[in-house]
Amino acid sequence: MSPSFLWGQETVSADERYRALEERIRSLESVVASLKTALEASGAAATPASAATEIAAAQAVSQAPESTAPALGGAGGMAKVLNPDIGVIGNFIGAAGRNPLAPVPALSLHESEFAFKAVVDPYARADFFVAIGAEGAEIEEGYLTFTALPGGFLGKVGRMRSNFGKFNPLHNHLLPWVDRPLISTNLLGGDEGIVDEGLHISRILPAPAGLFLEGSAELYQGNSGELFQSSRRSDVSSIYRLRSYKDLSESTNLEVAGSYARGHNDQNNWWSCYFDGTDTFAPDGSGVSGGQPGADGVSVAFPPCILARGYLSRDFHTQLTGFDATLHWKPLRRAIYHSFIARAEAVWSRRQEELGTQRAFGFYASADYQLARRWFTGARVDWAERARDAAMHDSAQSLVLTYWPSEFSQIRGQLRRTRYGEGTTANEVLFQFQFNIGAHGAHPF
Amino acid sequence: MKQKRLFVQRSAVAVLAALLVPAFAVSPAAAKNLNVMTTTEDLAALAREVGGQHVVVDSIARGYQDPHFVEAKPSFLLKLLKADVLLVVGLDLETGWLPPLITQSRNARIQPGGAGYHDASAAAAVLDKPSGQVSRAMGDVHPLGNPHYWLDPENGRRIAKAIAERFAQLDPEDTAYFTQRFQDFDRRLQEADKRWLQEMAPLKGTAVITYHRSWPSFVNHFGVEVVGYVEPKPGIPPTPAHTLALINQMKKDQIKLILVEPYFDLKTPNAIAQQSGAKVLVMLPSVGGVPEVKDYLQLFDYNIRLLKMALGR
Repeated sequence: MSPSFLWGQETVSADERYRALEERIRSLESVVASLKTALEASGAAATPASAATEIAAAQAVSQAPESTAPALGGAGGMAKVLNPDIGVIGNFIGAAGRNPLAPVPALSLHESEFAFKAVVDPYARADFFVAIGAEGAEIEEGYLTFTALPGGFLGKVGRMRSNFGKFNPLHNHLLPWVDRPLISTNLLGGDEGIVDEGLHISRILPAPAGLFLEGSAELYQGNSGELFQSSRRSDVSSIYRLRSYKDLSESTNLEVAGSYARGHNDQNNWWSCYFDGTDTFAPDGSGVSGGQPGADGVSVAFPPCILARGYLSRDFHTQLTGFDATLHWKPLRRAIYHSFIARAEAVWSRRQEELGTQRAFGFYASADYQLARRWFTGARVDWAERARDAAMHDSAQSLVLTYWPSEFSQIRGQLRRTRYGEGTTANEVLFQFQFNIGAHGAHPF
Repeated sequence: MKQKRLFVQRSAVAVLAALLVPAFAVSPAAAKNLNVMTTTEDLAALAREVGGQHVVVDSIARGYQDPHFVEAKPSFLLKLLKADVLLVVGLDLETGWLPPLITQSRNARIQPGGAGYHDASAAAAVLDKPSGQVSRAMGDVHPLGNPHYWLDPENGRRIAKAIAERFAQLDPEDTAYFTQRFQDFDRRLQEADKRWLQEMAPLKGTAVITYHRSWPSFVNHFGVEVVGYVEPKPGIPPTPAHTLALINQMKKDQIKLILVEPYFDLKTPNAIAQQSGAKVLVMLPSVGGVPEVKDYLQLFDYNIRLLKMALGR
């Protein structure tokens, strides 16, 4: 379609020519104003109507399509051309107080996250998040999102934080707390939560009366922290989530969701000797019930036997069932000053082991209120049994205060009291400095 | 093994159930009218002007909402899923909330580069394009220029023309209709602009303070002069030191008006006004900022009327 199609269908009248000329004059004025502003912004001496300015303005106008609006918009973003959006997020954490069971360093740059995002082609976009911490660098996430699938589907492939529960998909810098809730450590396989390599597919499902309903299914390699471990190619894990959402009013909305995950656990990694069928040990040497210590005192020397995996006649799985609810209030007119979010999430774990099934439960509930444009406060209550020993449970209470100097940095303090199953109580002060440089990343929702 | 087989069967059933959900339930409606989503009410108003009865228009942000900080909500996905066109302001105005909505919209038409993705800034004359070294030390600066460009009626005309062209591309059968609608809007806008320029003529050169850098296009068109900001830098809330300096400047230069957008707290502007003897005026940067401002022309009518009243002209 010609950019001037609106004019091409009629004879150009004197009035229209006058209008076009008038527009060009206004365009010239706009260009001069724009250049003047730019010069002032760059600190250069403002020399009104200098020769260079006039030439630049004339060139800019001469490049504009004749008799149409000048192409002065910034939609092109030529500064980066085809480079991805790049951002770096620093997460500095400090801790004071005593915690003999789960100590963290007094001061540490806990994580530096490098984010790279770009559209790949008309059908997909890619997101990479490289996390660098004390233990080295790892790809926290790296996935391709297919944005043009038929039938209203959304697909992803790569390494992802799984879509289980509310907080598991969130990166550390998006959490409203310094730490992750106890259910992450006790039931989801560790601080990192469920992260794995695989496929994701989701779809918005038909629902009545403006209800948003989304179903997702994920298939993973089956290796995620201490939660899932794959010992064979077929030991994949799968995760499903059904999310419902409803705007209760212009300012208030409610999200309720259920999740389910299933995969093989590390009990499948036991090996056995055929010679008597009773001596078993794991590849790392733990769980030895027979044999003699080796010469180095660590490795184990057994009588000659044939090592074989899969001696046990069944597979051992861990299943997780989750439920989460989020109530969000944010008055539109005062959205930058006040908001409130209440979250609750519960997880049931069913872990099969050789000696029986461990059934563990955990939950957290939290509330965060935005006091002013820069100030947020919140509280969280945790309670979680341990997946490997459901008779033991830990609990914690936290108070959080966050200050945002700007959109791109935040300072947070958290008072945390944790009572561990061993009977130890840890009182700690955690503090956090987060900062973001580079491309402004939009938050997931 | 039996348990595993059962699990695989259940998984397959679940995935198939999702796959077999009737596509028509969430697929774009096969209606003749173009389904138009916009990020702001201003673009929605312009789309209605040129689209008339052949479009159905809805906006994500409301007019009394700060368009920089819109909450991305799943309910917006239901609207974006059906959209034939997505009109965006661009220049990074929506960068904090729009990208995940577009990605998750499951709508190939409105992905960047798609036939239905329309960045209105491409047609507008944009001011405040920074040059040289740009950093966040300058505040929440927009490297591609000031995104509040729709507040110049000339830009309103250009944006509307580009929207009409986009509609004609997507619905060629109605090209004449969109052309006629645009020409009618253009005529009314030109007439109104002549009136606005006449009404604003006595205010030409009036120095004002604004809260945020929302008004460069407006003041550039009407000849009002912005000499300071309540925010020390874009997006940075006022500090006591900056507020004090601003009060001194206003007293010294006899500045009598502070313009504030409806979504900013009036506490600091009121305190500055009290100290400096100025007035605070809540101006509307967007259509829908108050219920009676329902279209693009009414936005200027309302703001110019307020300005004249506030300055007693």
